[in-house]
Amino acid sequence: MILRGRAWKYGDDVNTDVIFPGKYTYTVTDPKEQAQHALEDLDPNFAGNVQPGDIIAGGKNWGNGSSREQAVGCLKYSGITAIMAKSFGRIYFRNAVNNGLVPITCAAAVDAIQNGETVEIDLDAHTVNCAAGAFDFPPLSPSLFAIIQAGGLIQMLRKKFGADAKRLPMPEMKGGE
Amino acid sequence: MDKTFAEKALARAAGLKQVVAGQIVDASPDVVLSHDNTAAIARIFRALGVARVKYPERMAITLDHAVPAPTTQHAANHAETRKFVEEMGVKNFFEVGRGICHQVLSEEALVLPGQLILGADSHTTHYGWMGAFGAGIGRSEVAALWATGELWMRVPESLKIVVTGKLPRGVTAKDLCLRIIGDLGADGGLYASVEFHGDAISKMSLESRMVIPNMMAECGVKNAWLMPDDAVFEYLAVRKSKSSKSQVTSSKPQVTSRRSQISKSEIRNLKSEISRNAIYPDNEARYIAEYRYDAKTLEPYVACPHRVDNVKPLSQVRGTRVQQAFLGTCTNGRIEDLKAAAEILRGKKIARGTRLLVIPASSEVLSDALARGYIKIFVDAGGVIGTPGCGPCMGNHMGIPAPGEVTISSANRNFRGRMGTRDAEIYLANPAVVAASAVAGYIADPREV
Repeated sequence: MILRGRAWKYGDDVNTDVIFPGKYTYTVTDPKEQAQHALEDLDPNFAGNVQPGDIIAGGKNWGNGSSREQAVGCLKYSGITAIMAKSFGRIYFRNAVNNGLVPITCAAAVDAIQNGETVEIDLDAHTVNCAAGAFDFPPLSPSLFAIIQAGGLIQMLRKKFGADAKRLPMPEMKGGE
Repeated sequence: MDKTFAEKALARAAGLKQVVAGQIVDASPDVVLSHDNTAAIARIFRALGVARVKYPERMAITLDHAVPAPTTQHAANHAETRKFVEEMGVKNFFEVGRGICHQVLSEEALVLPGQLILGADSHTTHYGWMGAFGAGIGRSEVAALWATGELWMRVPESLKIVVTGKLPRGVTAKDLCLRIIGDLGADGGLYASVEFHGDAISKMSLESRMVIPNMMAECGVKNAWLMPDDAVFEYLAVRKSKSSKSQVTSSKPQVTSRRSQISKSEIRNLKSEISRNAIYPDNEARYIAEYRYDAKTLEPYVACPHRVDNVKPLSQVRGTRVQQAFLGTCTNGRIEDLKAAAEILRGKKIARGTRLLVIPASSEVLSDALARGYIKIFVDAGGVIGTPGCGPCMGNHMGIPAPGEVTISSANRNFRGRMGTRDAEIYLANPAVVAASAVAGYIADPREV
């Protein structure tokens, strides 16, 4: 699978409070509305200008802080298809996988990418292609990649427990730090 | 081969003889924690196609993040949680006003040394104070745990921090943590299990020890471990014996509880049972890094906006004007913290133009503070007392600063926007500094007010 999109480049230690402010965690419930608050306290230009297929290129420790899953969800609902970073906050990494968003750890690519340039991520070859060249990243373990391929942890479990056959609707991703 | 705490604890939780750092295991937590996010998790759970929670006795739920409900929407969220709790027969449910999850579960002795607790809260590292393995996870994972009882975990590498000697007067566990976070940086412990060794830790009160694993979340660690000792076993045994709540156990030895008067011998038996399950790292276990601190060289520190690792000695930020002083949270809202503040505020008034907000970490702390006269001291000084819970820590309610205002807080996070507006500043310090700053109207050294 190849993901292609414009890069939104950010610095080190971007925390979950600036990705999705805590004050919204129990009240902002609609995915579209969550997307409108994405990165609100870091980059007020993001929500209005992000396009489907865009990619995040963050520095080290992206998503440190709170366990709130909306910090992944709000980017996903904004149309972001992959989050690349020099490293990830550990809960954020899990939340990304569990929401079917690919977390890519590739410091060299993040350094090389210019803000706004179009980059290509080849998930099969484990490379990031950008103007400055091609950069390898370590593949996810097969068990984690299986979660992403299923569309996330919840979709995977729904399959396991036969939720689709029972015609249960997908949960609305609402609320909760 | 000698093992770290993390290797031993996750081997136990995964039912394996031994594991090594880097290995991915399917672990069964003894306790699964959620709070105001329970309603959201319940909606996910209901979509999985499973009728019942697999182990309702392992669930622990508190309402603490926005209590009492500030809006109808928050109230509806709480109501949905209560309904789910009833439906699933969750016994360990704690209502509005009981307190902050980490404090309440500690007071109730629902987690024990050597156990694994996973919680939809990044400060679940807290339970390291008693030598348990506590780690934060996302809400999808909590829904998965309710359904299956297990979750994949990577066995973390370990860091060792050795703290020797005695903290000088006026220097607290909070200052030690701020110093460590300032030194290591926000990702200095990323993915790692951090073990605390050294005599400085065992000399600390249990309440001081609770600060340490709680704060360590701020340098990215997966969990933190402090050595459980007799004081820990005593605290838990007494509380376990008083508890009328159902037990949280899995296949591990059962600890009995009853309402009746407990004899000394029963406490002794409980203690030895709890201590038997404690886990200690081996002498020659492998660490990826080791740091040493001499407690007597430390001083009061302050984390400056907008990062917890932006740490400066108190002497460098003294004089910074503050509009709000906030004493509370799972980090520093216990009786020892309120005592430190009360000693400074006794007979004094807070400065004009500055507000003091005191929110005890639990109903037990509030009750204790009332009995000791601290609450009267705070109110007489001009302070405001809030309902036990998280208060304004994450910007929900009950003390949100105005744009342009500065808060000095005993909490664990000062990220931009954390308390509700991106245009406010948050400084983090120990409780005595918070109280002294309320009196002075600017960030102050407790020794000068």
